[in-house]
Amino acid sequence: MMKFERTLALRFLREGRMQTALIIGGTSIGVSLIIFITGVITGVQADLVDRTLGTQSHIVIRPPDEVNSPQFYNGYRPVVLATTQARAQRLRSIDQWQYLAAELATLPEVVALTPTVSGPGFVLRGEVDKSITIYGIDPEPYVQVTKLDEKIVTGSLDLNPDDAIIGIELAKDLGVGVGDKVYLKTARSTGSAFNIRGIYDIGNRDANRRLVYVNLRTGQAILDLAGGASSLDIAVKDVFTAEKIASTLRQRTDQKVESWEQTNRELYTALANQTIMTRIVRTFVAVIVAIGITSVLVVSVVQKQKEIGILRAIGASRGDILRVFLIQGAVIGVIGAIVGCVVGTGLMALGSRVLRAADGSTLFQVQFSPELYASAALVALVFGLLAATVPARRAAGLDPAKAIRV
Amino acid sequence: MSTPIIALDDVRKTYNEGTPIAQEVLHGVSFTVNKGEFTALIGPSGSGKSTLLNILGLLEPASSGSYRLNGQEVGQASEDERTRARLSTLGFVFQFHHLLPAFTALENVLMPALMRDRDYTSTCRTEALQLLEAVGLAHAVNKKPTALSGGMQQRVAIARSLILTPKIVLADEPTGNLDTQTADDIFALLRRFNQERGTAFLIVTHDPRLAERCDRKIRLVDGVIAEDVREPAH
Repeated sequence: MMKFERTLALRFLREGRMQTALIIGGTSIGVSLIIFITGVITGVQADLVDRTLGTQSHIVIRPPDEVNSPQFYNGYRPVVLATTQARAQRLRSIDQWQYLAAELATLPEVVALTPTVSGPGFVLRGEVDKSITIYGIDPEPYVQVTKLDEKIVTGSLDLNPDDAIIGIELAKDLGVGVGDKVYLKTARSTGSAFNIRGIYDIGNRDANRRLVYVNLRTGQAILDLAGGASSLDIAVKDVFTAEKIASTLRQRTDQKVESWEQTNRELYTALANQTIMTRIVRTFVAVIVAIGITSVLVVSVVQKQKEIGILRAIGASRGDILRVFLIQGAVIGVIGAIVGCVVGTGLMALGSRVLRAADGSTLFQVQFSPELYASAALVALVFGLLAATVPARRAAGLDPAKAIRV
Repeated sequence: MSTPIIALDDVRKTYNEGTPIAQEVLHGVSFTVNKGEFTALIGPSGSGKSTLLNILGLLEPASSGSYRLNGQEVGQASEDERTRARLSTLGFVFQFHHLLPAFTALENVLMPALMRDRDYTSTCRTEALQLLEAVGLAHAVNKKPTALSGGMQQRVAIARSLILTPKIVLADEPTGNLDTQTADDIFALLRRFNQERGTAFLIVTHDPRLAERCDRKIRLVDGVIAEDVREPAH
């Protein structure tokens, strides 16, 4: 296909070696920047979300708040009371949570779902007592939602009825380790002794001090919610679509649906702004690359006026010449994309090693996303072609009679 | 009598038409060129030779009049039709060789074939090698134009003009930039192809010595044909 145009395009590029090398270099830098910036930001965001969310799920469904009805019925008609006091929210189970869970599990966006019970309690060890949140979980589905298993630093996540998993800060405060016993109770129950089965570190000191995990059934018993679930924790495919899915769920259920974006509003806003800034930078880089390609090809058209005139005189059509320059743009774009992807990946790998967070841990994990490479390559190709349009039209429009006399 | 390759009838050319600086440079030129004719187009500078050659070469259209190329009216043909006719019927040799510097001698000769066939065919390759051999450049087929002398470059250009076996080759001062000996050699080469292949040649030249050696002399003065003389057979 288009051997004549291809032959000319490639030979012209080879002939202007220095120009070609420079513009391919420029395009490669542009593409690698796009890959690097996107990769780093995506990696940092994913890492930040991972660290911040800790053991939070993407979407949590809770029972609706209980409200006092400001009306009563006096036998004939409802009477509106002037004032009512807001009702204290007691710990309750989601009504018919098993049916709701089965329904939610069928949604394609939902990758994992687990019932939990959680409520306030105390942990006691010797003279020390600490205020905690008791979390009753079913470990198997729970780790699919929150990856708690990856946060265990000592011991394991196997929760027998009298086992508990505590955070690393709480373990320090209580001076306990795996195998030691602690006493768990609530304000309304007498409580019982638990073996420390594992110690976790979810990267958040407050959470490490506060959350104590027990078996779901044990939790239900301690919190007096036999057979109940105070929340349904959901993990979705794409963490950044959680709010969208949550808003759809809100229309389908009377329960309270909260996405991580809602519970971490400031983080979400910061991430969203960061994404917008990344897009702006990427667009500018792409435009700069396109301007570079255009200017080099415009110069090339001026330099090759005579050759274009000869070609036109001996029988090349305007379309042939147009394609010769469009192919040059495309070739620059494709080679720039390939080199840029390789360099960008190298930069990303280097960045993930060199760039460190404040605590000395890696700032982000390199994520080799095929979509990122495909989109960067597509952008380079499309911008290469677009950039070549102006010089190509100019070349095709040259008057051969004048061009050969240059 | 066979159809003339070129038949011009009352061809006029005006530059900047419809503006106050409009200028007619060809004032009703009519002549025909038949198959195998070896014609010189002569005239002083500014007589309209280049304009006439551009019109004959379909590089620019005439303002009025009829131009039949190989029996087809092409005077008002579209850009695409003119491009196709240039490729299929005409060969070009320019004063300054006008080879493509990025391509070898062989590739330059093959360029019109590549345009037409969209690939290098073995037939054309053989033909190109034969032509380069005929112009005495069998040893230089893979050399770039910059490695060739002026005379050699013009030989490559002649081989290129003949690759698609055109009906006529339009040569714009093909020896104008060469020394006398090389000019004679080039002229002899054109003549040889004319006699061996029956290709018609229309040669624009300032050199009266070469013009005298053509079969026919058309003298253009101030945009009109002042003289059209057929010489007795050489």
